[in-house]
Amino acid sequence: MLEVKNLHVKIDGKEILKGINLKVNKGEIHAIMGPNGSGKSTLAQVLAGREEYEVTKGEVIYEGKNLLELSPEDRAREGLFLAFQYPVEIPGVSNTNLLKTALNEIRKARGEEEVDALEFLSLIKERMKLVELDQSLLSRSVNEGFSGGEKKRNEIFQMAVLEPKLAILDETDSGLDIDALRIVANGVNKLKSNDNSTIVVTHYQRLLNYIIPDFVHVLYNGKIVKSGGKDLASELEEKGYDWVKDPSNELVSN
Amino acid sequence: MDQILDLKKWYLSNYEIFENSLNGEASSPLHSIRREAINKFSNLPFPTVKDEEWKYTNISPLLKYSFKPSFNLPNLHRNEIIKFLFEGMESHLLVFINGNFSNDLSDLSRLPNGVVAGSIAEAIAIDSPIIKKHLGKYADYKNQIFTSLSTAFMKDGAFIYVPNGKVVESPIHILFLTTSSEEQILSQPRNLFVAGKNSQLKVIEHFNSLNGNIYFTNTVTEIVLEENAVIDHIKLQEESKKAFHISRMEIDQERNSNFTSHSISFGGSISRNDINSIFNDEGGECTLNGLFITNESQLYDTHTMIDHAKPHCNSHEHYKGILDDSSRGVFNGKVMVRKDAQKTNAFQENNNIILSKEALVNTKPQLEIFADDVKCSHGATIGQLDMDAMFYLKSRGIGEESARSILIHAFASDVIKSIKVKPIRNYVEEILTEKFNK
Repeated sequence: MLEVKNLHVKIDGKEILKGINLKVNKGEIHAIMGPNGSGKSTLAQVLAGREEYEVTKGEVIYEGKNLLELSPEDRAREGLFLAFQYPVEIPGVSNTNLLKTALNEIRKARGEEEVDALEFLSLIKERMKLVELDQSLLSRSVNEGFSGGEKKRNEIFQMAVLEPKLAILDETDSGLDIDALRIVANGVNKLKSNDNSTIVVTHYQRLLNYIIPDFVHVLYNGKIVKSGGKDLASELEEKGYDWVKDPSNELVSN
Repeated sequence: MDQILDLKKWYLSNYEIFENSLNGEASSPLHSIRREAINKFSNLPFPTVKDEEWKYTNISPLLKYSFKPSFNLPNLHRNEIIKFLFEGMESHLLVFINGNFSNDLSDLSRLPNGVVAGSIAEAIAIDSPIIKKHLGKYADYKNQIFTSLSTAFMKDGAFIYVPNGKVVESPIHILFLTTSSEEQILSQPRNLFVAGKNSQLKVIEHFNSLNGNIYFTNTVTEIVLEENAVIDHIKLQEESKKAFHISRMEIDQERNSNFTSHSISFGGSISRNDINSIFNDEGGECTLNGLFITNESQLYDTHTMIDHAKPHCNSHEHYKGILDDSSRGVFNGKVMVRKDAQKTNAFQENNNIILSKEALVNTKPQLEIFADDVKCSHGATIGQLDMDAMFYLKSRGIGEESARSILIHAFASDVIKSIKVKPIRNYVEEILTEKFNK
């Protein structure tokens, strides 16, 4: 599905990612953990195509294609989805309008017919239930005046409608209370299949009690310094990030 | 300079021709106003960028032409105007070609009893007392040269009178079409709308052209709202991209009256709009909203002034501009709160989006407050499309062009949504889609 090879990324002349290697196969859930400022969000944004970041070295292969050559919209059309850490408020654009336009552009790119109004309506109603979002949010402007929890659930709702092959959740758990966290995790789990993959970027181990990862990677100072199974997350929770910062523990296994 | 002198002479000699054509009317009281106006016109200088009020609007391109005042009604077939009507809108229709009323193309068959809508020339001819009382009384022809020019040549234009207590449900759609061929036309519709006590009116001033040529529209509209009257005014300016458009709108508001205006502007090479409203009594409400979209080398300028002369009045003003290529925008919004105007609420906002490196906006909100118990605010922004929002939309699979179009629509949406006449709202949305969804 995705292979990141020796990825180096700069922003404003400062190197943030210093050689990331990551392989995600179909059907897998990977968690990327790490302290603040380690480069987690940069990795998520670069994969989604944020232009401000400069890739100085390395490559990313997604479904056999050179991902870094694709525009953000083409990546989305190829089935990549980023749930934003800070979902953007867009006054004047309704949630429904955004989703309908997005869905139709993705369909068009795949040579499929545009979705008809009834079909679309029943699809979004069904997917809203997944994340227990209130229907009134549909006609409201994208994320405008939404609570933190509503914004995060709205991201997962969009994901549920667009049905990506590879979803990257960027700190979707941050700031959520335990009920909202369960709802979000439940949504992600229900959408999970053997054909799609998920990368969960998080600072806290808590989310991984609900979304069970196949692999956990620890990102520190722009590099993956540790990789392991789901137990690595609990170990991290117990020992804290200082543990991975200790050079004597630096053990990269992939 | 000589060129300007010649231009003055040109308009003065055209005035003589015009005056001779008036025959018996030349002795009427109205004509003494015309005479005074032409005298003022001959003495006043054309504004230059050295005038504070014209600092960013250089009208020298306009002064290169000798525009010919038009008093003839060209023959047009109904089919030629159909495309200027709004889909799904029931309206009373007034059609002016080059500033001259066309009875044949207009449709006033369903006007409510007692309501007058038609040619101001006819109202002048029958010596209407409303004309005597109001025409030329609000727009300053003594200091504003283009208003002097309009007043000197006052002949035709739209006249609407809604008697006390009458409600005109369907909008009155006034279509000002200009068709200019070899001769460059000066079209000067002169309008007067008077809404009596407790009356209600929706009116659309719609400027468009038949053949995209060079011409000059110099229009003056005087609007009077008597006690508790409500007027919903829309101006849709879609002049030829080669045309010049200068307009003045003066609004006189009596007690508890409510005036709303939406000024939507796409056309013209240079357009300048002056909108002034005054509260003569308490309890009035005035909303001035606007949306302008410019590209290429267009210049759009709006100067507004809301005069809170009396207490307990509310004003809201929201103008938005979208500028592309090397176009220019000017917004100057003045709100005056006079000493006695306690409990005034006055809110003003101007937001602009610049889509290119060369486009430019000069915006100047001006609040002058002499009362001490008031709520007033103003703000102005100039920015580009929000790059975070752009990336967000693209990350959902929406392409560059669509994302741009969505954000431009979103930017304009609050002003568009506040237009109460739905077919106009839809029409403006369509134009926006056409312009930005290539």
